Amino acid sequence: MSRHYTVLDPRLEGAKKMLSSVSRIIAVMSSKGGVGKTLFSAVFASIASRKGFRVGLLDLDITNPGLHVVLGIDPLSIQPGEEKGITPVSISRLEFMSTVFYTRDNPSPMRGTSVDNAIREVLAATRWSRLDILVVDTAPGLSDVAISTLEYFPGVEVVVVATPSRLSINSIEKLLKLLSEMKYKKYLVENMSSGNLLVDLARKYHTVYLGSIDYYREVEEYIGDIEKLVSSRFGRSVEEIANKIL
Amino acid sequence: MHEFALAQAVVAEVEKIVEKGYRVEKLRIYLGELQSVDREVFEQYVSMMLREVQENVDVEYVDEEAEFSCRVCGYKWSLSELELDEDEREAIHFLPEAVYSYVKCPRCSSRDYAIERGRGVRISIEYSE
Repeated sequence: MSRHYTVLDPRLEGAKKMLSSVSRIIAVMSSKGGVGKTLFSAVFASIASRKGFRVGLLDLDITNPGLHVVLGIDPLSIQPGEEKGITPVSISRLEFMSTVFYTRDNPSPMRGTSVDNAIREVLAATRWSRLDILVVDTAPGLSDVAISTLEYFPGVEVVVVATPSRLSINSIEKLLKLLSEMKYKKYLVENMSSGNLLVDLARKYHTVYLGSIDYYREVEEYIGDIEKLVSSRFGRSVEEIANKIL
Repeated sequence: MHEFALAQAVVAEVEKIVEKGYRVEKLRIYLGELQSVDREVFEQYVSMMLREVQENVDVEYVDEEAEFSCRVCGYKWSLSELELDEDEREAIHFLPEAVYSYVKCPRCSSRDYAIERGRGVRISIEYSE
């Protein structure tokens, strides 16, 4: 009889169990910061829920979460529940989860290993309802959040958000190349742009181009009020994009 | 309970091994002091779920003291040196990495420190053909 011995971190198996209630996972990613991932994630998820889909929204920007700001949630006054795990906060027809409920908007500087640990913990502990779609907002860069997002979510589809600035294009091209190598299903959204300037970039990396969103100055005023964001010109542009993949 | 989710994760690992046709001889569960899992509740969930997967698994629980070390000044400290209020303890229970939001190095006040041991739940499994 041969004996085997193994040391394990059980959380990834736990995460698989927890995510088995989710039909479709859409990660909103961009290697470049400041391109509008968080606003897009929140408004896209809200629009999907208004169309009748059961939608979850997860903030994986562990050291710099921002979705609660867009949704207008004070993390000190509301907390996730507990029922065979952590149950997300219900807000505006969405199930919402973020580490901000535990860091309480304090600075949370972490090295990469800790970021990955936090992601594993959240995925293993969060008990989503039966969802049609889980929208995952991520952090910029190609570091722990991006790598863990691509590895831990089975069948994840990626919506890449980019602006037409040369800095953004240079950065995004690396993400698209990575996603192509790993054969992820991927889409490109052009944000804060006056035209369809990234169509060729999308084509080069066999990415479905979903459309362009103009720069709308009023968006800043609506941050914290998801209803206003959804009904704004920005929201209407996101809805046109959402209609193509929902 | 959050303990349910942690127990579910542990037993899922055992299940994966059993499904491959092995027999699990020993399951050792390390409980990190930082996460401060409710041991009694957790044990109940583990034994309840484990019965569904395989009878007579020898389970051993090992408490692991938390230890931190500062990357800036090298100071090492334990959880007992810290003064955390109930809300902070609860936040850390759910997400051990929340410690970075509430705790600084006692010597140099840096938040750049490592959780050397005793973070959360980890396991080792001995199994045979």
